[in-house]
Amino acid sequence: MAIVLDKSQRWRVLAAHAFLIVLCLIVVFPFLVILSVSFRPGNFATGSLIPDTISFDHWRYAFGLPYQAADGRLVEPELPVLRWLWNSVKVATLSGLITLLFSTTGAYALARMKFVGRKHVLTGLMLMQMFPAVLALVAIYAIFDRLGSAFPAFGIDSHWALLLAYSGGIAMHIWTIKGYYDTIPYEVEEAAKVDGATPWQSFRLVLLPMALPILVVVFLLSFIGVLIEYPVASILLNTDQNLTLAVGTKKFVAEHNFKWGDFAAVAILSGLPITVVFMLAQKWMIAGLTAGGIKG
Amino acid sequence: MNLNQLSRRYTGPAVLTVVMLAMLYLVMLLYVAHELLLAGTLLVIAALALWTYTSAKTLALRYLFPGIAAAAVFVVFPMVYTVAIGFTNYSSQNLLDFERARQYLLDETYQEEGAKAFTLALFKDAHQFRIQLTDAEKETDQFMSPALALAKTAHITVEMVDAAKDKVVLDEPLGIKDVLAHQDALRALDVKLPSGEKLRMASLREFAPVKNLYATNPDGSLTNSKTGAVFKANMATGFYETDSGVQAQPGFKVNVGLAHYKRIFTDAKFSEPFLRIFGWTVGFAGLTVVFAAALGMLLAVVLNWDSLRFKKVYQFMLFLPYAVPGFISILIFKGLFNQNLGEINMILGGLFGIKPAWFSDPFLAKVMILLVNTWLGFPYMMVVCMGLIKSIPADLYEASAVAGAGPLTNFFEITLPLILKPLTPLLISAFAFNFNNFVLITLLTGGRPDFLDIAVPAGTTDILVSYTFRIAFQDSGQQFALASAISTVIFFIVAAITLLQMRFTRIAQEDKR
Repeated sequence: MAIVLDKSQRWRVLAAHAFLIVLCLIVVFPFLVILSVSFRPGNFATGSLIPDTISFDHWRYAFGLPYQAADGRLVEPELPVLRWLWNSVKVATLSGLITLLFSTTGAYALARMKFVGRKHVLTGLMLMQMFPAVLALVAIYAIFDRLGSAFPAFGIDSHWALLLAYSGGIAMHIWTIKGYYDTIPYEVEEAAKVDGATPWQSFRLVLLPMALPILVVVFLLSFIGVLIEYPVASILLNTDQNLTLAVGTKKFVAEHNFKWGDFAAVAILSGLPITVVFMLAQKWMIAGLTAGGIKG
Repeated sequence: MNLNQLSRRYTGPAVLTVVMLAMLYLVMLLYVAHELLLAGTLLVIAALALWTYTSAKTLALRYLFPGIAAAAVFVVFPMVYTVAIGFTNYSSQNLLDFERARQYLLDETYQEEGAKAFTLALFKDAHQFRIQLTDAEKETDQFMSPALALAKTAHITVEMVDAAKDKVVLDEPLGIKDVLAHQDALRALDVKLPSGEKLRMASLREFAPVKNLYATNPDGSLTNSKTGAVFKANMATGFYETDSGVQAQPGFKVNVGLAHYKRIFTDAKFSEPFLRIFGWTVGFAGLTVVFAAALGMLLAVVLNWDSLRFKKVYQFMLFLPYAVPGFISILIFKGLFNQNLGEINMILGGLFGIKPAWFSDPFLAKVMILLVNTWLGFPYMMVVCMGLIKSIPADLYEASAVAGAGPLTNFFEITLPLILKPLTPLLISAFAFNFNNFVLITLLTGGRPDFLDIAVPAGTTDILVSYTFRIAFQDSGQQFALASAISTVIFFIVAAITLLQMRFTRIAQEDKR
């Protein structure tokens, strides 16, 4: 835009910078405090943003290593943070793979095949997303409680139960993948079909390799989605050893047992990797945010 | 045919057969465990799967089936089941089906006063345990159990053998400390002597004979052998009751029709908190969307300004709250707002000498929730608005600049009207999301501080979903059915919001064409 800059313009630019800087400070403030707290000695210590004395006790706690208490004893961390991290990663990886399997195939049928009720399936999937699982917690609890009385491995407090409960959450991913399939020209598959490929072969050997970028994104999305899922995990898991990070981390800032320093280290340990992965995948997600939603 | 072709031809059918057999086995197990609903569901799925993968007409369904089946069973079915539970009296007191509750009562036993007793000795046998019971009056009558794990508190029947006949060499008996450590498992044991006499743990040192507490009558009612009271099954309340209304625990599940809905909407004890919580839920979701959208839109406009430098840096920083997992940032704020130890009160104390009680004052708690949720929500709005503003043709602004319009006029006359229409459906989804923003409320305040003037546990910052969660999982009564009924009401509200959202989406799209 070719507009002549006048004096008031310069002031407006300065004001805008001031506003943005203040806002950025507000956004970053909690993270800086957490970083500082994680290196402060003691769980109730207050102090300046840059700690006077550095202590790695909280980080040792987060990694499950014994640390020296104020009275000189060696203290074993009582909450198994690394175990939670492992549980979270395990469930999220498996769940991501299941999601990928179910949604790539489903999206293939919806994008490439003509069949009765195709529109209804798409609308149904869209509607499903509007009703979050948190509304059906009682039923989910009841189902896995009863399932557990027949097969303890799939009952309350098992990771298999959690995996099953998450396996149905594919509606959004089917839409995302279908949207991507729609952008891939059909001609390549048609050529394969002319050469005698079955639908499965043209899906598996032609379409899927071309859709690899979206498969990575959907895997990451579903992976992160499971890592940060709280409601279902909080009712299905209950023993300390079985918790996921999202459920367990809460225990550090309980009303009567406020472990601010340990929490800070755990929060960084678990939050940083997830944030980085999210940032890497965000480009596609932002495209999905505005372009997705309801497309005709 | 070579091996490759053979395997290709028969892998599919072989896998299908194995899966089908496995599913039938699971159905049978469920049936044996009396889980008829689950057995039926699984059987239907198995039948559908068999049809899908054998019929020639179901090509598309073959690809859709696994995903659709999983979504149907683990997403749609729980919703339907929630509605169904809302019509029953399912709660911690009425957990079991009628047959099971009846069996539970029939299995209940009691110990007669003054009956003979058997002294208990606990022995270690490798990694397991054995118990030895000796008749307190006749020491030659000694019985020994097989090796027991004593790890789980499941009811198991232990057949004792005569210790004289079947000698086992064991160390010294374990002390009372080990008995205490395993007392839950020991109490759960049903011990059967060779004579057929049934024993249970009576005290830490003794086992004693037990008798069945209830005897069946021809009309199906139960008589308490201890007191002689007759209990009849009351299908309205879900309990075995005497004529005077004394209930035998546990109760069983019965249908109660619309009773819960009547309570929610007409009984002041429940309708009062429901209405207050509903009001806050709407206010919370609405204000959150307004604040987040206003801030996000402002930032989008500012960051879209050509004369501004470092835009990418700002954008990256301001996107952070969206990228950091919610459960972490919410818990961080929970700590920061802590009244005595939190950094926020430290700053406020230093600057103004105040120490607001963010978690115990209802108004301040609400302010805190809105602050935190705006912090969490504005980046999404910012990103969305930036995308929408980019699609506004630049010549509109050029024309307005020629006409001498300022930035405010630009915003209110061009930007806002043009992005509002496509933004509306997104604002409505954001409203729907926050209407059910369980994680924020549960992790930040847990719904507290509670109302002081209401009998049922309900918090001033509770939204409807966190309220149902408390009724179902935290309130001591575990009133699953009442919670389900409220969830059903939320379903209808969400459905209404969805309809509205679809309507506005259609309007926005028709506009585009």
